Amino acid sequence: MAIVVYLETENGNFKKSALEVSSYGRKLADQTKTNLHGIAFNSSDPHKIQKYGVEKLINIKTDHVFDARIYSDLLCKNFKELEGTIFITGSSADSRYIFPIVSIYLDAGYATNVIEFPTTISPLVLKRSAFTNKGFVFTELTTNNKIIGILNNSFGIFESERKLEVKDYIPKSLESNVRVESITEDEEKISIADAEIVVSGGRGLKGPENWSLLEDLAKTLGAATACSKPVSDMGWRPHSEHVGQTGKPVASNLYIAIGVSGAIQHLAGINASKCKVVINNDPEAPFFKAADYGVVGDAFEVVPKLIDGLKKFKSR
Amino acid sequence: MKVLVCISCVPDTTSKISFIENETEFDNSGVQYIINPNDEFGLTRAIWMKQKQSCEVHAICVGGINTDPILRKVLAIGADQAFRVDSNPMDANQVAREISGFVNGKEYNLIIAGRESIDYNGGMVPGMIATLINANYVSNCVSLEVSQLNFKATRETDGGKEEISGTLPLVIGGQKGLVEESDLIIPNMRGIMMSRKKPLTVIEPKFQKSQTKTVKYEKLPPKGEVKLINPENINDLIDLLHNEAKVI
Repeated sequence: MAIVVYLETENGNFKKSALEVSSYGRKLADQTKTNLHGIAFNSSDPHKIQKYGVEKLINIKTDHVFDARIYSDLLCKNFKELEGTIFITGSSADSRYIFPIVSIYLDAGYATNVIEFPTTISPLVLKRSAFTNKGFVFTELTTNNKIIGILNNSFGIFESERKLEVKDYIPKSLESNVRVESITEDEEKISIADAEIVVSGGRGLKGPENWSLLEDLAKTLGAATACSKPVSDMGWRPHSEHVGQTGKPVASNLYIAIGVSGAIQHLAGINASKCKVVINNDPEAPFFKAADYGVVGDAFEVVPKLIDGLKKFKSR
Repeated sequence: MKVLVCISCVPDTTSKISFIENETEFDNSGVQYIINPNDEFGLTRAIWMKQKQSCEVHAICVGGINTDPILRKVLAIGADQAFRVDSNPMDANQVAREISGFVNGKEYNLIIAGRESIDYNGGMVPGMIATLINANYVSNCVSLEVSQLNFKATRETDGGKEEISGTLPLVIGGQKGLVEESDLIIPNMRGIMMSRKKPLTVIEPKFQKSQTKTVKYEKLPPKGEVKLINPENINDLIDLLHNEAKVI
């Protein structure tokens, strides 16, 4: 019996969410007096994870391009090898792609969008964000095998070093039913899903030519850039930046909305963010009701001052 | 070609979310139900296929009799037939198993579900159906072309896009991008009249088992007043973000 975490990597490095998933798993393993094991694909420095409490890591080495079915298959095989009962994963697009499949393979109940440590462990009850961030559901998993999908930035990262044993696993020939024809990477260096800070622009920025202002702010903060629905509908910014109910979900620590009025669909999509700041010249904009901090003022005056102030703050 | 669109019936975005019975039940009173927005993008894409590629579009929903008006709307939008599995949805696994059971032996080439429902946000049903019926699967699907045997689809990833091709049958978790919001079809009078004559078949549920149980609900904590910062003293904001909110 063990708790197994799926540790996502990017270019061989553990993603931040992998550290968070390990921290969560470590605490659960301590409380249930079980072991914490991990599975990763192509980690180039697997020992990095021992700081976060993983005891045994299976490092699957394959040059096969990401394929949900194949990855699910390999995860399940190794989960069984590790005698896992609880599987913990993050909430990236890839892991949301894989784990419904894993859930069927393992006949495991699966809770997504989990935002805190289990309310009770036996039975396993998890608090989840639901109703597009307008409420919470406490879900009990009633199956023997269980899957917990935690929302990014919801638990935090804690160090708790353990001795780590790493085992490489080289799968035999893998056959895919589908072909990946092409992969296009967004220009933005930081993705909205992984970002701790997201800076978002709305119609109040008046046109795509003014986006450099927002990009400067994002650069200063190390933030991802996002936009409201009208902005992507008008083609000012790519659809991949649209956040809100039908766009990408945001669960950052800090969300700064500039010239975004705050339609209910937009607010629903970003409400999981911990701290929300709005900069808008219309004091009646609905966003002020949802925000923690607000600045009523012209974005073109306020934002450059904010960038200056932040630069000074960072160099302090 | 036969296409099946999975419909989830969800509270309208503007609905007030509240709970009753000591926070153990969702409060339905005064809640307007709609087609789950992610499903509606997929439905519209299916109707386009019907118009251009002469395929047959069926819709299915796992739900009680209260979901019939939503299925009538789906028919008015252009689906040819609708099916309702007569059971309140218990969890993603139960819904996926009911739909897979229905699909079995019916030769659907394409099954379209939404990326996630906007009520429980599980995002599991399409992947589970694909696995249960052993079909190919594309999640977060933002574009889709199908021919007699093959498909080409684009999936939105966290950092970009991925184009995937393969053979049918295929299950997708669809979202905006399959069609745009401005493409959504508002049923006209003719569509509404015709929808009354189209078959809406009620099916007995076969899989009354779930893997999860809702223990209780909780409302969002009441939100404090926004703290307004004078734009002349923008450094106050930096100070608050650093010392109070501790996010920078």
